[in-house]
Amino acid sequence: MQPIIHIRGLSKLYASGFQALKSIDLEIRRGEIFALLGPNGAGKTTLINIVCGIVNPTAGSVSADGHDILRDFRAARSLIGLVPQELATDMFETVWDTVSFSRGLYGKARNPAHIAKVLRDLSLEDKKDAKVMTLSGGMKRRVMIAKALSHEPRILFLDEPTAGVDVELRRSMWDMVRQLRAGGVTIILTTHYIEEAEEMADRIGVIHKGELILVESKTVLMRQLGRRRLTLHLQRPLARIPAGLAGEGLELAAEGHELIYTFDAASRETGITDLLRRLGEQGVDFKDLKTTESSLEEIFVGLVRARA
Amino acid sequence: MISTSLYFIVFGGAIGGRMTPIGGIPYGAFIVPGLIMLSILTESVSNASFGIYMPRFSGTIYEVLSAPISAVEIVLGYVGAAATKSMILGAIILATARLFVDFTIIHPLTMVAFLLLTSIAFSFFGFIVGIWADGWEKLSMVPLLIITPLTFLGGSFYSIGMLPPLWRRIALFNPIVYLLSGFRWSFYGSADVAASVSFGIALAFLALCMVLVAWIFRTGYRLKA
Repeated sequence: MQPIIHIRGLSKLYASGFQALKSIDLEIRRGEIFALLGPNGAGKTTLINIVCGIVNPTAGSVSADGHDILRDFRAARSLIGLVPQELATDMFETVWDTVSFSRGLYGKARNPAHIAKVLRDLSLEDKKDAKVMTLSGGMKRRVMIAKALSHEPRILFLDEPTAGVDVELRRSMWDMVRQLRAGGVTIILTTHYIEEAEEMADRIGVIHKGELILVESKTVLMRQLGRRRLTLHLQRPLARIPAGLAGEGLELAAEGHELIYTFDAASRETGITDLLRRLGEQGVDFKDLKTTESSLEEIFVGLVRARA
Repeated sequence: MISTSLYFIVFGGAIGGRMTPIGGIPYGAFIVPGLIMLSILTESVSNASFGIYMPRFSGTIYEVLSAPISAVEIVLGYVGAAATKSMILGAIILATARLFVDFTIIHPLTMVAFLLLTSIAFSFFGFIVGIWADGWEKLSMVPLLIITPLTFLGGSFYSIGMLPPLWRRIALFNPIVYLLSGFRWSFYGSADVAASVSFGIALAFLALCMVLVAWIFRTGYRLKA
């Protein structure tokens, strides 16, 4: 299937001389949730802002569903909804008015039923006549999402959607994003919270100092880079690793109560059966065992550190 | 409207009665075009500059920039809104003035044309100010320190023919003199400079502002990085 967003050789050099993006190539697939990860100042927001028409690219091209974002900006932009990072809303308008205005701005005919549905989905129904300035931070964030959804975009950009949002609201936003995806909307989100990408994304791109250093599906990424750990809860604590088991990637934890075996989940021979057999031979009994995957955060920190 | 009434009570009623008519026009009637012009110039600049500065300041400009609308449409929206407001204001002042003094408009069509041209040109100018300003001081500085003094000095309340010769020559460098003069001509058929010259200068000013706005959108100056 043809990608919905096509980015070729995209660079951005700000007037200040800051090179925010260095020849980015990226394809976003139709209907996926794509998470863009990276430290502050990596270029995530610049990338989004170029696609949405807020920042001019220095070089390269971007197309949205086949429409060039510069030559054919009307068709390209009408497909895109944007929820920016900063809370910027018309303070003096009511929720209903500001959301309806957004729909009009995107050239869509009035549709009070749709606006009502968007507000209902975001639990803003009872606030529709309230002035934006009277709302809490979390509600303002939801108003901004409502504005972006008011014109029924096919592509939704969420720039740090859950920054400064409480856990409950974050959960409900994740649910909403999944619902949108189920409705065929392609979602690109940037985040600081690795947890968020891990929870939601189909694919993950890591951007660092203006370069896209990795684009991979989340599961592949976690399988390829992920180290699995087998933790054995021992019956009797060990003072040290038995001599016959040394040099096998074993370590002791929890004051000798746990034996941890780290292995590469991708390799064919994980060595677990061998390990368990030898543990039996050595007379080391365990009462429980569990395996854990390394989190995306560990992968991410490792990647960025390797580049630094 | 209140300030207009005050102007008429003070200048028209209190002082006007003791003033000799200017060019055969009673003083109270003479200042009507000047007052309208003064309000339109300051309001156009203030409204247009505030109109575009506010979303830049609050960040809501992102939505306008990312919407599927062209630069021409954006300008049409912001400048059109400010110019419309100025036109309505001009009409209100005109109606209010009629309550205080008696006057007739000899060239009503020209009058409307001048009103339109001035509102649009100075709304464009205000738009530029609103883009250029990077703080609230700069935003209020232009109407306060440039437009109002130039309008007062441009003959809102007197004919520049009443000035000493040297000052009259200096006054001719003030572009607002031409606007005021042309506008007054449309009311009473007499003016300091020819109406065609006035119209030409107003058009030139509008063209200059439009070129600047086109440049702003081409380069993204203070609007798009």
